[in-house]
Amino acid sequence: MSLYNRRRRRNAIVLGLSLGSTVVGLGWLALILGALIFESFRGLSLQVFTEMTPPPGGTGGGLLNPIVGSLIMSALGMLIGTPIGILAGTYMAEYGRYSHVTKVVRFINDILLSAPSIIVGLFIYEIVVNPMGHFSGFAGAISLAVLVIPVVVRTTEDMLMLVPKELREASSALGVPRSRMIWNISYRAARAGIVTGILLAVARISGETAPLLFTALNNQFFSANLNAPMASLPAVIFQFALSPYEEWQRLAWVGAMIITAAVLALSIIARGLSAQRKQS
Amino acid sequence: MSIANTENTAAVPGIAVTHSVDPNAARTEKVAARRLNFYYGANKALKDINVSLYAGLVTAFIGPSGCGKSTLLRILNRIYDLYPNQRAEGEVLLDGKNILEPGVDLNLLRARIGMVFQKPTPFPMSIYDNIAFGIRLYESVSKSELDGRVESALRRSALWDEVKNKLNANGLSLSGGQQQRLCIARTVAVKPEVILFDEPCSALDPISTAKIEELIDELKSDYTIAIVTHNMQQAARVSDYTAFMYLGEMIEFGATTKIFTSPSDRRTQDYITGRFG
Repeated sequence: MSLYNRRRRRNAIVLGLSLGSTVVGLGWLALILGALIFESFRGLSLQVFTEMTPPPGGTGGGLLNPIVGSLIMSALGMLIGTPIGILAGTYMAEYGRYSHVTKVVRFINDILLSAPSIIVGLFIYEIVVNPMGHFSGFAGAISLAVLVIPVVVRTTEDMLMLVPKELREASSALGVPRSRMIWNISYRAARAGIVTGILLAVARISGETAPLLFTALNNQFFSANLNAPMASLPAVIFQFALSPYEEWQRLAWVGAMIITAAVLALSIIARGLSAQRKQS
Repeated sequence: MSIANTENTAAVPGIAVTHSVDPNAARTEKVAARRLNFYYGANKALKDINVSLYAGLVTAFIGPSGCGKSTLLRILNRIYDLYPNQRAEGEVLLDGKNILEPGVDLNLLRARIGMVFQKPTPFPMSIYDNIAFGIRLYESVSKSELDGRVESALRRSALWDEVKNKLNANGLSLSGGQQQRLCIARTVAVKPEVILFDEPCSALDPISTAKIEELIDELKSDYTIAIVTHNMQQAARVSDYTAFMYLGEMIEFGATTKIFTSPSDRRTQDYITGRFG
């Protein structure tokens, strides 16, 4: 009986410790979200979406230019990065599954996946911004594309690897050429997973600040010109949050709120899609 | 030895052979393996196999797990080619031409030699498209002609009545037995010359199994059929010829009546009477 009691006591201690850690971990998240909602709520208004960023010390103003800038650069980054990622992932899972090249690419891709984004920013600064002679929205989009590629490569490869080999054998046994098999069977079976990966990549880049500071810089005016510096939400948050002006700080909170809400929405969609995948 | 001799004269209890072929009848060799060896990496899985599939007849491959029956089947349509480190030596003749030679168009080969797998594998598309997919690959047919081909393939595989009102439903929504018949319909639809069945009933209930056996019986008038099975009653029921394999070797190959009533090898005798395997 004493052995049993000792085991019960030990169980209670470990259970208490793990519950405690969970509360601490989730507590910080709740605090961050709480502060975000509290601080941004008083600044949230329709103006945020219709007016430009105010000058230093000015009142009013909104975040229209960084919102548009973020949308343009993220969209262009996805447009460049997604096809490259899907094609590379397809090669690795379908054509080069057993080749040495694939192992090397997978290793490098994993490094790229966890590379600090500031390095990506510096890299694009060297190869795009420097030769062009000025910061630009285009350079910002490219740096985001570099961040998109490894995420999409990884999820595409993983999802295609999950397609059962029986399905591949069955289609080969019908005399289906590999390209048709990939298009009609593998992609169809892995569709939800690949789309989830793309959405995760959008979520990943929508909060990136460092690469944009080195490439698109910022712009206090509205600009849709890809050949000129372009405002973005993360860069504006960075600038405004560090400023002494109350109006700017208020807008920084609102900007943070907008990004958080967007990422949350994307995550929920991604979750929904992967649940759908499990069902089928 | 004396035990084997006495038992050789009697049929194996509980196993009824359905088809008996006249050993002197003329028969056409559709597929033939000659001195066939197969390797998984350094591991030799098949040793000097010689076997024939005759046109219009069913050949069953029996033997304990791991004896190489599925491996042999997977050489005949070169599906093993999908994987690295798998290698075949020797000859496999389809209408007298060696299909193991380099330069053979594998897609065309596989369109001529269809295969039905152990696990039903409907494609993630509608029932109609599951069948139309293969047809569209090699033939350009009109919509109405395609409809007809899909229907006749489904009729041939005894699935038409069950699915005719839901041709647009996903193939995965069918039951296991129906899925397997869908896979057979899909294979039949591209009009192959040979159909390889790799344990087609091992995941199915007895009723679905009976349906598929009936189907094989019907299909053999038009196709050359090979079937791998663990079920000796099934081999006896559906096949005209039987090949017994053991540890990668072809122990005995002959008319099913002969294999199941008077096998000439002691190991065949032991296996079909259930003494091992």
